[in-house]
Amino acid sequence: MLVQQKIFAVFASILIFIVIITLVKNRKLKEEYSWLWLLTGAVIMILVLWYDILLMLTHLIGAVLPTTTLFIFAILFLICIALDFAIKISRLTDQVKNLTQKVSIMEADKPNKRVV
Amino acid sequence: MNNKCIIIPAYNEEKNISSVIAGIRKYSEDDIIVVDDGSDDFTGAVAQNAGAFVIRHPFNLGYGVALQTGYKYAAEKHYDFVLQMDGDGQHKPEFIPALFREVESGDCDIVIGSRFLGESRYKSGLLKSLGIKLFRLTIRLVTGEKITDPTSGYQCLHRKVFEYFTGDYFPSDYPDANVIIMLHRAGFRIREIPVEMLPNPEARVMHHGVFTISFYLFKVFLSIFITLIRKKQ
Repeated sequence: MLVQQKIFAVFASILIFIVIITLVKNRKLKEEYSWLWLLTGAVIMILVLWYDILLMLTHLIGAVLPTTTLFIFAILFLICIALDFAIKISRLTDQVKNLTQKVSIMEADKPNKRVV
Repeated sequence: MNNKCIIIPAYNEEKNISSVIAGIRKYSEDDIIVVDDGSDDFTGAVAQNAGAFVIRHPFNLGYGVALQTGYKYAAEKHYDFVLQMDGDGQHKPEFIPALFREVESGDCDIVIGSRFLGESRYKSGLLKSLGIKLFRLTIRLVTGEKITDPTSGYQCLHRKVFEYFTGDYFPSDYPDANVIIMLHRAGFRIREIPVEMLPNPEARVMHHGVFTISFYLFKVFLSIFITLIRKKQ
């Protein structure tokens, strides 16, 4: 792995950390949603700095270049994050549906209601 | 209070809803609950002026959710029997007493009004009738029950069925063959009686086009598959 590639990968993961921590600090991102992103940054950092692990993983998955391994793991993490969001959206959809139904029934039960 | 109610989920039905309510009043004195599913027109106001109790969703949530809102209201108000029918005038109201009678007799928990039983002359499009045949066959294979009209929205339900439907497993888009299989697995007794239905007055249909129907079939079969791999409720 070239030194430039290493520097770029470390720089990218540090940037991810800073952005996530700033977002959590400013309450723009909830802590419970930040852990998967922080984990992504940490894994990239470990793989880049601990080159032997990256080589071992590359050999294990049958990839030719260590950079390919990095990309594959990055994509896998993105899939995990997207799936995590899909699960959360499903739960939120159910909650919004149940709340809307409850509010609609309560509104309908009000005396002197007006249907617009 | 009456122990029976009629639930009508309605979306943009201001032209039809008052005649539907007037039609029901000829055959039934039971409470009429219109669930206005976030219509862009005056469906809710027209229904209220026609004498119905109106529950209005602030935005459109889909046919299944509108039905479920009706079930939740009926469960909360301790109704014993619920009849559901469409707000577009397709379902002829003269069958309301027969549908209620069937469930009130205690011989079944849910009765479906079927277009294809008796001497009905209902005609549906090629793709739709193919879909219906496919659903019939699937229900027959999975449950052993012979249901002729699995897509009928003209149904009467006992309290234990609509209370069961207030849970999160009830589909939000279109309850169909998947729901019949779910009911069978939950141990409810299903029966069909012949009813007559008219073609939609404005020729509007819920599903049209090869792609939409194919996607719909895929969703229903996926839902059936999920129902089958879930633990019995």
